[in-house]
Amino acid sequence: MGLLYGLIAVGLALIFGLMDVTNFAHGEFLMIAMYLSFFLFAFFAIDPLLSAPLVAAAMFVFGAVVYLLLVRFAMRAKANAGMVQIFTTFGLAIVMRGLAQYFFTPDYRSIPQSWLGGKTISVAGIFLPEPQLVGALVSIAAFAGLYLFIHRTDFGRALEATREDPGAVALVGIDKNRVFAFGWGLGAALVGLAGAIMAVFFYIYPDVGASFALIAYVTVALGGFGSVFGAFAGGIIVGLVEAVTALVLPPSLKSVGIYAVYLLVVFIRPRGLFGSM
Amino acid sequence: MDKNFAARRRRDLIIAAVLVALAALAPLLIKDVYVQNILILTLMYAALSQSWNILSGYCGQISLGHALYFGIGAYTTELLFTKFGVLPWFGMLAGGVIAAIIAMGLGYPFFRLRGHYFVIATIVIAEIGLLLFQNWEWAGAAMGITVPVRGDSWLKFQFMRSKLPYFYFALVLCSLAWFVTWWLEDSKWGFWWRAVKDNPEAAESLGVVVFNSKMGAAAVSAFLVAIGGAFYAQFLAYIDPESVMGFQFSLLMALPAVLGGIGTLWGPVLGAAILIPMTELTRSYIGGSGRGVDLIVYGALIVAISLALPRGLVSLFSRSKAKGATR
Repeated sequence: MGLLYGLIAVGLALIFGLMDVTNFAHGEFLMIAMYLSFFLFAFFAIDPLLSAPLVAAAMFVFGAVVYLLLVRFAMRAKANAGMVQIFTTFGLAIVMRGLAQYFFTPDYRSIPQSWLGGKTISVAGIFLPEPQLVGALVSIAAFAGLYLFIHRTDFGRALEATREDPGAVALVGIDKNRVFAFGWGLGAALVGLAGAIMAVFFYIYPDVGASFALIAYVTVALGGFGSVFGAFAGGIIVGLVEAVTALVLPPSLKSVGIYAVYLLVVFIRPRGLFGSM
Repeated sequence: MDKNFAARRRRDLIIAAVLVALAALAPLLIKDVYVQNILILTLMYAALSQSWNILSGYCGQISLGHALYFGIGAYTTELLFTKFGVLPWFGMLAGGVIAAIIAMGLGYPFFRLRGHYFVIATIVIAEIGLLLFQNWEWAGAAMGITVPVRGDSWLKFQFMRSKLPYFYFALVLCSLAWFVTWWLEDSKWGFWWRAVKDNPEAAESLGVVVFNSKMGAAAVSAFLVAIGGAFYAQFLAYIDPESVMGFQFSLLMALPAVLGGIGTLWGPVLGAAILIPMTELTRSYIGGSGRGVDLIVYGALIVAISLALPRGLVSLFSRSKAKGATR
């Protein structure tokens, strides 16, 4: 479960953590991805696992478009840039939820059978549900990929540089909007991947994103802004803490443990575990 | 303080007095209960947003967890009333004081945090409060509390037949929040807060005790929001954790101030006056389908206003503001 939170958080780690743009619609991105996955299954009988790349590609385009149409202008605001970002993306989240209700109806949906759903695999005597296992593997791969991407490619460096000083990168010929649009696309594609896998074993409904989004913010902040590895570690910690809390407290209180650990960590280390900002 | 500023403050006070007088007469003309309801909610959100604005607008500590104080106000009042028979008026004050104490207790560790870390901490603490109340059997858990009907009386602040008393209370609360803001703007605290918001290091070096000013702002802000929560609980005669402490509520409280103009005297009132009627009208005229059209319209308007007027709606009125800014 921890790696799953990691998977949802990895896209946010890129947008929120590395690019320092607040995205309150992250949970709704997840919701859209889950619906995409659902409809590809319902109409074309494509298994979510196969359609995951398709969903990711579609979300890439979606993320880039959202950046170019909305967020670009929100970032240009001369006053209250932080609040403008928060409420622009919050408004977007409400619109997306409304649209989902309008087109998909508020009904709960699920993918009844798939290659992975409901199956378990036995590793050294421990039974693991397959969807979660695949989710965990994809999550590790996604984090490794993002890490290499940020630290080893020119684009990754351009992204970090653009956040640091948009004026200076313009001087060396980097188009800020192109870099950030690509970053948003990538972040959305990653959450698309998460949505495709989660569609297999979660109910899908217009408000599904909200419950995961907050945990994703906490995960990114716990790990520390500006660190891909931090978000990954944050995801694992969040999962472990949740599991432990669920043993000690009633299940309905399991998130309290996560929140308490976040507070504890930032009180001791106000920059998060591995944060650079 | 130079003349412009003093003149502006006098003008603001006169405008406010006229508006309050007009608002107080409004129920003579407006008999429709539905419209009265919208007016009450508008005044309440204006009051809440004004209180939020003290900490987040003037002092610059963006809190998205104020639903915690709202919920504490609502729950303190109703728990004292239903379990111990304490009159809501005392419960209201108790709620305000408890909220202020909690705000200062939380401020102690919280105000060391900066930026996103602070904002997320405020969200998280409100969420913890929400979960605890949802699981607190004695306080009704997720089912909440239904306020028993004991007949109309000012003593118990309960009115079933008419909404007017609620209207006047909301008007008083809104005026109070406005007046406190107006008064603080020109006080030592007001100047400290703006200094802390603009540049905490510089403020500290000039002898502003940054930490204490943040604490003061948090306490005032939490106290007023909790009073609002107590009012809301009496007004609806029913509360449950999600509806008084949910994250959405924290955002709804911030929204009028942000759309109207964060850190300004008139922003929250202006924002609420436009946003709340709009919300209610879209909800009742196009929300009936249950298909979320109202959400689409509402969300799109938020996006449009945030993008078009990052300084808020007050910037539309601010030809004189440009002069004021050079003061």
